[in-house]
Amino acid sequence: MSRHSPVLERHQIPWLIGVALCTTLPHAGFLPIWMTGLSALLLMTVAWQWHRGLAPLHKALKVLLVVVCTAGILFEYKTLLGRDAGIAMLVLFMALKQLELRTHRDATVVISLGYFLLLTHYFHAQDIPTGLWLILSTLLVTAALLKLQAAPTASPMSLLKTAGGLLLQALPLMLVLYLFFPRIPGPLWGLPQDAYTGRTGLSETMAPGNISELVNSPEIAFRAQFTGPPPTPQTRYWRGPVLDHYDGRAWQAGPTGREAAPVEHLGQALSYSLTMEAHKQHWLLALDMPARLPDNPELGARLDKNGTALSNRPLLNRQRYELQSFPSYRLDPEGKTVSLPRHLQLPQGYNPRTLELGRQWKSQGLTPEGTIQQALRMFREENFHYTLRPPLLGRNAMDDFLFSTRRGFCEHYASAFVVLMRAAGVPARVVTGYLGGEVNPVDGFMIIRQSDAHAWAEVWIKQKGWVRVDPTGAISPARIESSLASALPDEATLPYMELRWARQLQQRWEALNNQWNQWVLGYDQSRQQELLARLGFTDGNWRTLILLLGISTLVLLVGLSLWLFLPRTSKDPAWALWNKARKRLQTQGISAPDWESPMALVQRLETAAPHLVPAYRELARLVMTARYEANGPKMEALRHAYQQLPR
Amino acid sequence: MPTPTTPATLQSVLSKAGHVILGKPRELQLALACLVARGHLLIEDVPGLGKTTLAHTLSRLLGLSFSRVQFTSDLLPADILGVSIYERESGHFRFIPGPVFTQVLLADEINRGTPKTQSALLEAMEERQVTVEGETRPLPRPFFVIATQNPSHQIGTFPLPESQLDRFLLRIRLGYPDRQAERQLLEQGDRRESLETLLAELNPEALEAHQLAASQLHASPALLDYVQALLDASRQSGLFRHGLSPRAGLGLLAAARAWAYLEGRAAVLPDDIQVVFPALATHRLQPVNHDGHASEAEVITLMQSVPIP
Repeated sequence: MSRHSPVLERHQIPWLIGVALCTTLPHAGFLPIWMTGLSALLLMTVAWQWHRGLAPLHKALKVLLVVVCTAGILFEYKTLLGRDAGIAMLVLFMALKQLELRTHRDATVVISLGYFLLLTHYFHAQDIPTGLWLILSTLLVTAALLKLQAAPTASPMSLLKTAGGLLLQALPLMLVLYLFFPRIPGPLWGLPQDAYTGRTGLSETMAPGNISELVNSPEIAFRAQFTGPPPTPQTRYWRGPVLDHYDGRAWQAGPTGREAAPVEHLGQALSYSLTMEAHKQHWLLALDMPARLPDNPELGARLDKNGTALSNRPLLNRQRYELQSFPSYRLDPEGKTVSLPRHLQLPQGYNPRTLELGRQWKSQGLTPEGTIQQALRMFREENFHYTLRPPLLGRNAMDDFLFSTRRGFCEHYASAFVVLMRAAGVPARVVTGYLGGEVNPVDGFMIIRQSDAHAWAEVWIKQKGWVRVDPTGAISPARIESSLASALPDEATLPYMELRWARQLQQRWEALNNQWNQWVLGYDQSRQQELLARLGFTDGNWRTLILLLGISTLVLLVGLSLWLFLPRTSKDPAWALWNKARKRLQTQGISAPDWESPMALVQRLETAAPHLVPAYRELARLVMTARYEANGPKMEALRHAYQQLPR
Repeated sequence: MPTPTTPATLQSVLSKAGHVILGKPRELQLALACLVARGHLLIEDVPGLGKTTLAHTLSRLLGLSFSRVQFTSDLLPADILGVSIYERESGHFRFIPGPVFTQVLLADEINRGTPKTQSALLEAMEERQVTVEGETRPLPRPFFVIATQNPSHQIGTFPLPESQLDRFLLRIRLGYPDRQAERQLLEQGDRRESLETLLAELNPEALEAHQLAASQLHASPALLDYVQALLDASRQSGLFRHGLSPRAGLGLLAAARAWAYLEGRAAVLPDDIQVVFPALATHRLQPVNHDGHASEAEVITLMQSVPIP
């Protein structure tokens, strides 16, 4: 085979090295360090060989390299198959193939492999920078493909231009495929779970320090878009897991039950949609208290017995769903979900002083409301502080916090409050989630970050049900009314809230990303159905889609061939100018047919309209020289002559 | 004699010829353009309108040798091409060249010749050489045929077939002189005597230089678009049995170049195309709705249906 393929020219090699570089570079951050290093070394060797005009490596050495690389991949991944091992193999072999660039056949292999490698970057990220990188890389790879056929004198710029033209021609077809190719629910490839590692977020346990760790992260947890005005800051409680088991150190979620909590909704409903970043958990973080859940079967949303909205499977992709919530509600006023052993549970042998204080309150015969007030008054009136960096607590954490350190974060206050309530005989539990959210002025979406993570308490009161009590509010009302940044003393300016212009830039970037997520990545089956419905196909199944796909492709191709083969009006600016001048004559009642040459027309004008002759003769002369002579005049001269025409 | 190769010398040829052929400057220029474009010329008219005078005048002014053959129904190919005769003294055949061995051959009333004789001449026109008795002999350079033809409805004519008409680059008609020219003609008598006194303005080498210069005139892509548009229109209008051939297209461009050259231009304009187009197209196109060839009016209608692209 290769014996018949033409030998590569020296000037074609750098393009192929470029292809290898741009298609493998973004993988560098995801591959084991030795692979990145080896690939870089191989590419540098090839570049050096090219620069110095050296002979290719010995065959035995190449075979050795292949063996070493394969063994390395096997050692690293224990397999040669699968996503990660596959990518590693492609990257290494792309670099290895560079060692034996000899004929056009080798170059074609490199280029095909390059196109394929580009696709694999989507395993790591699907954001805008990745998209841009891939578009530019596709341009380069296509230009390299052209380079194989082009004349040696063709400039890189002209190759890139031609490649750009080719890609632009493919653009309409790409859009049609994007819009009408049948979407399958979920990701196209069953991506393995480890694609989502490294995400931070809420968890089903809360130990001291968990949330204050989260709070340092400016990462976006989710976005909300309200159909009406957004709720007031004091009611922006996004409900996550409810924790009701305390082991002396950490809070844990109990069984969530299959039945929904009974809820009475009061007042006005809020409708909104959430765009949740993948967090690998089930909860949907609906605003307190969710009423209507998304009816998306893929999500399988339900309300658990603690009032938290859940999906029946972990959210592994960014998801968008519609919700409705009532800020005023009564959650289980009859106490169907209250179980005294669970909601009064306290670990044995921990926090004796706290328990003693609770028992004291109980013996005073306080009502549940009175007990709550007592606790909140204590937080407010005694010397408690709200801080991101609380001192370490000992074995009896709540005792240390309530009676000695008195410095803590929301999780400390929520935890101490619930322990006190339970000790005083009032059913109580910890609720975690997010508090707050900031509307991005650029696109009107409310952004909720990991730094908005929060913990609060719920206390069950007869007839009122589970009532939200946020002890943090007693110490730091600012945390609830505005944001964490304003609530914290100077000790902790959060790293991402610095300069005003940087903030605005960030808002714009986040709004842009949001658009990308909503419209490009978020174009899923349901959005596709919406589009079809708007086009008038109410029962859009895959047959409709294939039909649409076929029709639009046909229309595109027919349009393209018409554009290519139908005669077009002259694009020569000089001639266009003359045609304008001709039209102007016609409006003045002088016939100026399209078959008549400018010179003949001017000659005819001498009898028909002598006053027009000088201006038209000059324009005709310039147009004729521009159009028919080897070195025509500049367009400016023509435009000038055109402007001299009498009105 | 100096051999200037500016169009000016050709323009003086035209003005001198204008003193002999009165009132026909456009036809004269077309005839000269045809020769500058290395094409053969067909002049079609009733007898007595000065066809022969035109041919004679041009050959004298261009300094070319001239001979004339009157076609009749008993004219044989050998009468044009020449014959070999046996010489008893030397015991060899000797070739006696016919009148075709000249630079300008006037084939008078070509359609009175038999098809066999016509085709012998037309072969010489195309190949610019003749083959007699197995021996090929080149013709002098340059070599032009100026053929005259009576309108084919006259008695005793053999109309030239289409394939052979295509070999004439242009066909012109002199037509009757206008009133003023005719008066001048009547006053001054026949111009044939003054023809004898004409001096050559050029020599064959100079003419070839002019031909070369004319053939190198710039024809822009836009102009070629126009030529193609005209050819396409002749093929697709439905008015004619056949469209113009590619050879006709080449001829159109060559003739337009020669015309532009005579006009003293550096590039070919659509005007040049339009001037030569009727002379190029009428004898090549046959309308579907009547017999014979297209009239000038029909060709101009076709031309006016084509916008200059």
